[in-house]
Amino acid sequence: MRFAVLVFPGTWSDWDCVYALEDLGQTAERIWHRESSLDEYDGIILPGGFSYGDHLRCGAIARFSPVMSALERFAATGKPIFGSCNGFQILCEAGLLPGVLLRNASLQFRCQPQELSVERADTGFTSACEAGQLVQLPISHGEGQYFAPPAVLDELEDAGRVLFRYSGDNPNGSLRDIAGIVNPMGNVLGMMPHPERASDALLGGTDGNYIWRSMIERWG
Amino acid sequence: MTEFPPPADARAAEATEDVLAQIALSRREYELACQMLGRAPSDVELGMIGALWSEHCGYKHSRPLFHHFPTEDERILTTLGEENAGAIDIGGGWVAVMKIESHNHPSAIEPYEGAATGVGGIVRDIFAMGAQPIALLDSLRFGPLEDRRNRRLCVGVVAGIGGYGNCLGIPTVGGELVIGDSYSGNPLVNAMCLGIAPRGALISATAGPPGTQLMIVGADTGRDGLHGATFASVELDESSAERRPAVQVGNPFLEKSLMDACVGLVRDHRDWLEGLQDCGAAGITSSTVEMAERANAGIRIQTQHVPRRESGMTPYEVMLSESQERMIAAVKPDHVADVQAWFEHWDLHAEVIGEVTDDGIARVLDGDLEVAAAPVSVMTNPPAYEPFAERDADAASRSEWDPSSLTDLEPSAANDALLRLLASPNIASKRWVYRQYDHMVGTNTVVTPGSDAAVLRVRGLKQGLAVCTDGPGRAVELDPYAGAARAVAEAARNVACSGARPVAVTDCLNFANPERAPIYYQLSESIRGMSDACRAFHTPVVSGNASLYNESEDGPVTPTPVVGMLGVISDVRQAVRMAFRDEGDEVWLLGGELDQNASTLGGSEYLAVLHGKSAGPIDVDLEAEAALVDTLVAGAEAGVLKSAHDCSDGGLAVALAESAMAGAVGVDVELGDVQRLDATLFGEAGARAVVSVEPEDAARLVGFAARFDLPAARIGVVGGDRIVVRGIDLPVSEAAAAWESALPALLDG
Repeated sequence: MRFAVLVFPGTWSDWDCVYALEDLGQTAERIWHRESSLDEYDGIILPGGFSYGDHLRCGAIARFSPVMSALERFAATGKPIFGSCNGFQILCEAGLLPGVLLRNASLQFRCQPQELSVERADTGFTSACEAGQLVQLPISHGEGQYFAPPAVLDELEDAGRVLFRYSGDNPNGSLRDIAGIVNPMGNVLGMMPHPERASDALLGGTDGNYIWRSMIERWG
Repeated sequence: MTEFPPPADARAAEATEDVLAQIALSRREYELACQMLGRAPSDVELGMIGALWSEHCGYKHSRPLFHHFPTEDERILTTLGEENAGAIDIGGGWVAVMKIESHNHPSAIEPYEGAATGVGGIVRDIFAMGAQPIALLDSLRFGPLEDRRNRRLCVGVVAGIGGYGNCLGIPTVGGELVIGDSYSGNPLVNAMCLGIAPRGALISATAGPPGTQLMIVGADTGRDGLHGATFASVELDESSAERRPAVQVGNPFLEKSLMDACVGLVRDHRDWLEGLQDCGAAGITSSTVEMAERANAGIRIQTQHVPRRESGMTPYEVMLSESQERMIAAVKPDHVADVQAWFEHWDLHAEVIGEVTDDGIARVLDGDLEVAAAPVSVMTNPPAYEPFAERDADAASRSEWDPSSLTDLEPSAANDALLRLLASPNIASKRWVYRQYDHMVGTNTVVTPGSDAAVLRVRGLKQGLAVCTDGPGRAVELDPYAGAARAVAEAARNVACSGARPVAVTDCLNFANPERAPIYYQLSESIRGMSDACRAFHTPVVSGNASLYNESEDGPVTPTPVVGMLGVISDVRQAVRMAFRDEGDEVWLLGGELDQNASTLGGSEYLAVLHGKSAGPIDVDLEAEAALVDTLVAGAEAGVLKSAHDCSDGGLAVALAESAMAGAVGVDVELGDVQRLDATLFGEAGARAVVSVEPEDAARLVGFAARFDLPAARIGVVGGDRIVVRGIDLPVSEAAAAWESALPALLDG
């Protein structure tokens, strides 16, 4: 597949994502936020970081970048968009996913390995997993507490749009332990954990590859 | 006597006591400056001289001692003090760049911003050379955390380091947290940065030939941080809080863009540039004057062209502002527009503020008015002092105290002693700290915080890099020479435990007022001790920083030279960790004897925690330390070591417990007959490490130790779920609970 990895000022997981995808034999290009077309790509990655220094609110300024209207058009085509960490925050700010990410309940930044449960294995992002499987993916954020009104949370759960939940200790106070959700079409995933940091055995884990492999199988 | 013509449009400054105090220049130093100029300086000149002659920039008391340091070998690519950081050839076509620096005084006044801008400053030193920063370490010291004031400082400093470093996308992979009475009110905040670059791709901090254009890029200049270099060069007192304007405010987002732009510029268009330099302490003054000195040239700065964030700033304020996130690029005249366009990509503005001249004079213009015109050579040649040195009588008598006068530990009390040590903040798990730091971004962190050293890979390179910091202040206080040598030895041991060969040192010298004889004794003896140790390990000193005048109303800080050590692992896939791994693995003690006499309790954590004492002899055996390093590296390269952990704070028992807790597996150790149980379990004799191996590899381990003449003894076996060593018999989970809960209990809530 040919991936575009979007880079905003302040983005920092861009290279990590490029390497993780290249290690799986995919093509990945870093695309500056001023680009206005994404038509030639098969999938889009919104990596982690502090776009615009989190000024105002995480992702609040990045959503006005020129590339964002191209991203909205891309989402409508049904091709996959994956946002992690700040990428998830941007997807929420842009309205491509519901809810918001608040400051961690501990009021502190958290960087640690984290166990997650895979809620569904019949999606384009999780088909390489088994339902209920536990995976280890690192987290690294200060504002990862997923919040949405109860009706929205019910709707997400009823529609099976919660793909990942924190298992064991909830590291940030996210409602209903939600770690990752998809849009109604199932082609836009946002999650706080970092699969690109668990894509190399030398660094102690490869569970992130479940997500990349699923995407390649479904959309490649 | 030469008389240098005064600036055309400025009168001599009035050198009142207040004016001199503000820039921390003594009356004699002022007179020396007048003598060197052949006239009295103007006020802008006086401000510039004061900043460049401050201890922070001018190293007046430490420079005369630097000749002790070994600074060269075939791998070292820079000359100490000549560049923003030291560069080391790590093989495979790559270069590592590193430096450590203090931000103690700003952090004492405003912990979050003080620590944050400390990170910002050290990162700029690395990318000013064109290297990509890949790791940060932070060596921190505070007063007792039971005191609310110290807690506030600790919580604020950790948040500030995280707040800045996390935003940059540079992993914070290691460091230290040490608690001691003397750091109350004067915490030590040392930040170290490691970068990498392809060989031959670095850029120098020089101004280039006459005609070169000096451009400022990054933040606009404000009044923040005025006199910061001066502030770092005096003791803290009750009026220090009024110095808050001397503490800068950081903008890590701007720094991230600046870093990406500068690293990319040097990588892709090095030919546009003559040099690159960060604006650190003393701002535009030190950056441009030091660049001119390296080029043997002069400079002309037009202060009206410096973009400002405040109106009404005087040329004095513009020249001495320490606003953060600014760089000076020395640009070839033909490429000014190219450089401007390059930075525009990141929404950064680069402006020409001056040029390089051929007359050796640092000229400052304010529009048409010339307000400074002093020779670069005067500004960059502060006096050097070698005050009288005399050992502190109290420290000397404490170091002569004989620990054998203590009653030995009863075996029945050993469990409790271990638990108390594991819960001491100096030994307790530092997870509370490092989980607030992104230590994985960049996906190069092979060994994460919590082991002896952090290990990083360089993509595409077989070799890996190991880094750590060490600064055993208590030992240095008791015996500056041996204690400082021990700092180097501990750091070398730590990188060797990960399988790395130590290659170079960066150091941060944190001391009190050197004008006092006992302090200068500490400083000079420490440098001698570090130097001899660096020779023993073949680890030249490539960069560093001296932070003197660390004193509060409570007195001087414990002398704390902090050593940052870089090691190279020949194959990063063979990095060793401290965790015990498999049931049945044999546990070996490398170096030293199992049975230790009471003298090894000197300066130990055991004495401090259980007896409230900081006393006793400090020994160091550099030959044995070097043999231990050789043995560890050989064992790791052969793939024999399944774990390795050095014996330092808390001695053998704590080392065993830490390896057991990290691996979540028990250990059973047989001590045999020992003279002193306390010293055997908790003594801090150097040159020792606890390793584990498969039983069939034991003979090879013995062979390596024999090759380097190092004692090696099989002392136990990995297995079960308890830590068992004469008198100690604890479930691993109980030890881990004490070790993990100590810092959260002190710092949360």
